[in-house]
Amino acid sequence: MKPAPFDYVRPRTLDEAVQALAGRPEAKVLAGGQSLVPLLSMRLAAPSLLVDINALPDLDHVRVDETGVRIGALARHARVLADPEVRRVQPLVSLALANVAHPTIRNRGTTVGSLVHADAAAEMPMVLRLLEGSVDVAGPSGRRTIEAADLYVGPLESSLHHDEIAVEAFFPTLPARTGVAFEEISRRHGDYAMCGVAALVTLDGGGAVSRVRAGYLSASDVPAVVDLTEPLAGGITPASLEQAAAVALTQLDPETDIHATAAYRAHLVEVLTARVVTAAYQNASEHTHQSTQE
Amino acid sequence: MTTRMMGAKVARVEDDRFVRGHGRYVDDVAPDALHAAVLRSPHAHARIRSIDVDAVLDLDGVHAVWTYEDLAPLAPAMGEPLPLLIPHPTLTHGRTQYALAKDEVNYVGEAIAFVVADDRYLAEDALDRIVVEYDLLPAVVGIDAARAAERLVHEDVPGNVAARMEQANGDAAAAIAAAPHTLSLDLEIERSACMPLEGRGVAARWDTDNGRLQLWTSTQTSTGVRAAVAAKLGLDLMRVDVITPDVGGGFGVKINHPWPEELLVPLAARLLGRAVKFTEDRREHFISSAHERGQQHHVEVGFDDEGRLLGLDVRFWHDNGAYTPYGLIVPIITSTQLLGPYKPGAYHVQFDSLYTNTVIVTPYRGAGRPQGCFVMERTMDAIAAYLGKDRTEVRSINLIQPDEMPYEHGLTFQDGRELTYDSGDFPTMLTKIKELVGWDEFETFRAEMAAQGRRVGIGLAAYVEGTGVGPYEGAHITVETSGKVKVATGLTTQGQGHQTAFAQIVADELGVPFEDVEITTGDTRRMPYAVGTFASRAAVMSGSAIHLAAKKTKEKALRIAAEALEADVEDLEIVDGVVQVKGSPGSGIGLGTVAVLSNPLRYAFDEASKAATQFNVGDPTKPPVAAGEEPGLEGKDFYSPPRSTFASGMHAVIVETDPLTAEITILKYAVVHDCGHLINPMIVEGQIHGGVAQGVGGALYERMAYDEAGQLQNASFMDFLMPYVTEVPTSIDIDHLETPSPLNPLGIKGAGEAGVIPGSAAFAAAIEDAEGFPITAMPISPSQLFDLRAAHHA
Amino acid sequence: MSTEQLHRIRLQVNGVAHEVEVPARRLLSDALRHDLGLTGTHVGCEHGVCGACTILVDGTPMRSCLMFAVSAADSELTTVEGLANADGTLGPVQQAFRECHGLQCGFCTPGFLTTITAGIKENPSPSEDEAREMIAGNLCRCTGYQNIVKAVCRAAELAATHSGEADQ
Ligand SMILES: Cc1cc2nc3c(=O)[nH]c(=O)nc-3n(C[C@H](O)[C@H](O)[C@H](O)COP(=O)(O)OP(=O)(O)OC[C@H]3O[C@@H](n4cnc5c(N)ncnc54)[C@H](O)[C@@H]3O)c2cc1C
Ligand code: FES
Ligand code: FES
Repeated sequence: MKPAPFDYVRPRTLDEAVQALAGRPEAKVLAGGQSLVPLLSMRLAAPSLLVDINALPDLDHVRVDETGVRIGALARHARVLADPEVRRVQPLVSLALANVAHPTIRNRGTTVGSLVHADAAAEMPMVLRLLEGSVDVAGPSGRRTIEAADLYVGPLESSLHHDEIAVEAFFPTLPARTGVAFEEISRRHGDYAMCGVAALVTLDGGGAVSRVRAGYLSASDVPAVVDLTEPLAGGITPASLEQAAAVALTQLDPETDIHATAAYRAHLVEVLTARVVTAAYQNASEHTHQSTQE
Repeated sequence: MTTRMMGAKVARVEDDRFVRGHGRYVDDVAPDALHAAVLRSPHAHARIRSIDVDAVLDLDGVHAVWTYEDLAPLAPAMGEPLPLLIPHPTLTHGRTQYALAKDEVNYVGEAIAFVVADDRYLAEDALDRIVVEYDLLPAVVGIDAARAAERLVHEDVPGNVAARMEQANGDAAAAIAAAPHTLSLDLEIERSACMPLEGRGVAARWDTDNGRLQLWTSTQTSTGVRAAVAAKLGLDLMRVDVITPDVGGGFGVKINHPWPEELLVPLAARLLGRAVKFTEDRREHFISSAHERGQQHHVEVGFDDEGRLLGLDVRFWHDNGAYTPYGLIVPIITSTQLLGPYKPGAYHVQFDSLYTNTVIVTPYRGAGRPQGCFVMERTMDAIAAYLGKDRTEVRSINLIQPDEMPYEHGLTFQDGRELTYDSGDFPTMLTKIKELVGWDEFETFRAEMAAQGRRVGIGLAAYVEGTGVGPYEGAHITVETSGKVKVATGLTTQGQGHQTAFAQIVADELGVPFEDVEITTGDTRRMPYAVGTFASRAAVMSGSAIHLAAKKTKEKALRIAAEALEADVEDLEIVDGVVQVKGSPGSGIGLGTVAVLSNPLRYAFDEASKAATQFNVGDPTKPPVAAGEEPGLEGKDFYSPPRSTFASGMHAVIVETDPLTAEITILKYAVVHDCGHLINPMIVEGQIHGGVAQGVGGALYERMAYDEAGQLQNASFMDFLMPYVTEVPTSIDIDHLETPSPLNPLGIKGAGEAGVIPGSAAFAAAIEDAEGFPITAMPISPSQLFDLRAAHHA
Repeated sequence: MSTEQLHRIRLQVNGVAHEVEVPARRLLSDALRHDLGLTGTHVGCEHGVCGACTILVDGTPMRSCLMFAVSAADSELTTVEGLANADGTLGPVQQAFRECHGLQCGFCTPGFLTTITAGIKENPSPSEDEAREMIAGNLCRCTGYQNIVKAVCRAAELAATHSGEADQ
């Protein structure tokens, strides 16, 4: 298990990095390497050139303002997770990150790397989609912003061009009167989950449900988000939750693998939808309650 | 008096090295070595049409590339199949692979070509360039396919049956027919594997100056590898030294030998005149090292109203993989050790050992016992359920009683000897485990939990383990003139703390400070006669041999000292390395001096040795070395018991099963364990902890997921789910029982494998208890439990 | 020898600078073990799961099998060989593993030691649960983890006394 040979550059500017990529269609970006290096070692990938972006300046940032959280391409999962401001402004990012791999992997792996790696079993791509965030990328023709809805095009496939580098991800803050929750079920602690669900529940001024959306991981071949407002608009009840899960399942496509059958995954979608939506609803109610008190 | 070391929780001497990062594992030795890599079959079953290595030959940094065709010209025996290590009369269709595949491959991972290059990276580049053409053949995967025998693994093995073996004590069929109650059960255990954290590895250097081969290998038997290498490479045994350095775990897989690389690496080293090394990577370990466990059982049992066994008839099918290098050891153990602590009434067992196009099967910690234990304990639980009795009552009535020891089962064990239990106290053990786990209070707990909407279950399982199988082990002790005690025993160490436990034995028997004792294991230069580390035999076999050798050393020391001190041997003792008149400290001479005196010298090399030169010692009228004596303060002895000694234990577990997600959580795990006298309780408990964790893995997480084509779909640590700390019980309650073995001088029994044996049985029982429907196959995942719920509530 | 391009890099390990020439694909774990002879760092899977290869990169635990040596050139690396006290005695985590029988074959041990060294720096008095969390990303096949958890707590104690003494 040793990588095949490749050329290697460690550019000091973003332009250099983009140019290096542009010149070599077989080139790949190396960020934290926590997904890429195993693929290289197993020779499942054999790029001719690695562009190591770890020496690029100004990408190692986590910036938080009231609009949301901006995470630079070199910010490691651990750093983002530890940031109290992130937790305050967009708690779902922190909730989900705590479930990404093990601390040691989080010390090196980057959140942006995870986003563009586009694994449907990974937490952060789903969260980005659910929160309707975006990724800024730099390419030979300058920078552009890719909305989360346009980022995931297939299994392990993002809409980045091969010569583009993701420089920053944006996770918008929660809308007013909105609660979040996240839960996943994995075989072992720290493993990719068999199924995971995140939910956003927004209440109207009167405390009634006005919008519900849920994100699903490992339940289809791309990170999936389902709008559950309709079944739940009348209130969160066991019956409406069951209905919501049924709606979700019409838009998901859980598959059988060695760890779980499709039926079991579908069942987890039901169980977790109920749990997570309920928790997000409670979370929203608390917020609403608090803000009315303030 | 020196404090007694036997039974003390002595901190391990090996740890200082390990925690500093100064351990020496195979991949750490011979830093100048070239590196080998092996091309492995991507197909489970295929004929090899051609192999083209031309593209490799001109690669920079590549030193050799071999296929089957190249081997015989280098060493004729290399053209023959690998040895069948443990033949058996019923193994009528034993087959072994070639070091490099000849014409046909029978599992994904089988070695086809061998490359030696400057480093492993280049060696793998070379593998990528070898072109093999295959004619694909249909693969036989899983026991069902092997039994159906619509396709054959080996053309000349009808029915895929390598062996069919049968044993009986009494007429089980008649006893069952006459019994008031009968049940039949179908049970299954899936494949798993040892999965030591260090894979296999071998390094070799041909010493041209001395004409010797030096081989380091991560093995459980140095002497076995040595004999095999000498035979296959056509070398005199005396020219081959095998050294087992630190080994990063074995658990059975490293007892099989010689692995292809254990022959190819030394062959290359000799030919190239360079050190050569092979370090197996994790993917290779999954697809080319051995697995175990896969068996299907059909049980017929007859019993009376109280649940007493009257007749037991077990028919089972054992998946031995593509070849049978290790013979029938695993299924023979299953067929005999299945009986556990119980009297089966009349017993009949028959098994088929079946070929499949998968990795070979050789012992994994427990070696066939976890399956046997699972089958017997599931049967006990089924009887209890049928009669509506407490599960411990049914067990209790079937237990062999202490006054029935030694207990003869009337069967033949894995070593060809009678299956006779030497000692044990199973009723006391049952009482203890019930107390430890809180068996009698469980219904209250269940009700409390149920009130909270939580579902819990309790299960228990018992086992008996034949440990310390023969034929023998030996020990050689030398007391140096410095007083330091050097001990060599031939079996190997892979984490059991032998350097500590064996030194404890020597310190006690020889009367020397523990710190002065140094143990060497697995080095054929120091102890060429040995068997190996398996079957929980190291403490019993080498421990006993070391004890005996220490005794001899002591006798000799006393003889020599008696003469020097002009005292009677009877009046002397050795305390803290000093031979003295009993009870008179200060009167004696150190063992170092005794060592000097033991070896009459012509030449003095230091002050102390002057005392041993010819004008200083001995009666000039007698020969300097007396008749019957040898120079040197040494002792050597061997221990060869008539048969195995039987350790035993019971585990109980309380689990919670999530009513919604079917996740399984361990709430309590309890162990009662009897391995006779404990040399070092700390080490024994460590062995139990590790065994329990592997038991948890085997019951709830680990399986080998082959697809129909024979591709192993989870050949990585990402998908083969060994427990992390988060998956094992947060505490393991342990209680010991010490029923000494009458078979060896220290009264000890083996402890290495026990912890893993009852895992699947106990978990199955607990999950069944929680869920209310039978659990007949292990391991079990939440997804499977969910499916079972659906099936039973449908 | 091969024609692959070599990179001359400086690896700063346990306070000592080493100049090595490596191809870009040389895994950091291999560079430490085979180029620098620091064989204390072990390799159990080479895909990031087992943790045996864990070292400290600028004080933070990382998998050396998931880094290339060329990417580590700017960092200060600590391996198991660098965990002893300056006077050569065992460091607190090493000492605790020995006392608590936290190892058997020793193969996983270096990864645990480095991980815990950083862990107790961050959390100097971990509860048992926190101790478990600290080591939750490392596999051990021998010990069943029971004594490793104890060793974490013991190491924290030893480290506290040690730094207490150093303060005086
Ligand atoms: C044992 C283990 C367990 C894990 N468990 C989980 C888990 O449970 N959940 C989870 O989500 N992840 C898990 N991961 C993956 C981990 O989160 C990775 O860190 C992450 O997926 C990728 O981030 P990276 O920085 O390591 O990217 P890399 O491995 O460097 O790159 C991944 C891919 O993205 C590309 N890429 C990276 N950064 C950029 C960029 N800025 N611009 C353009 N392309 C880029 C690379 O070219 C490559 O194709 C696990 C990893 C390991 C080793
Ligand atoms: S070797 Fe690096 S994590 Fe296993
Ligand atoms: S001590 Fe052997 S793997 Fe941990």
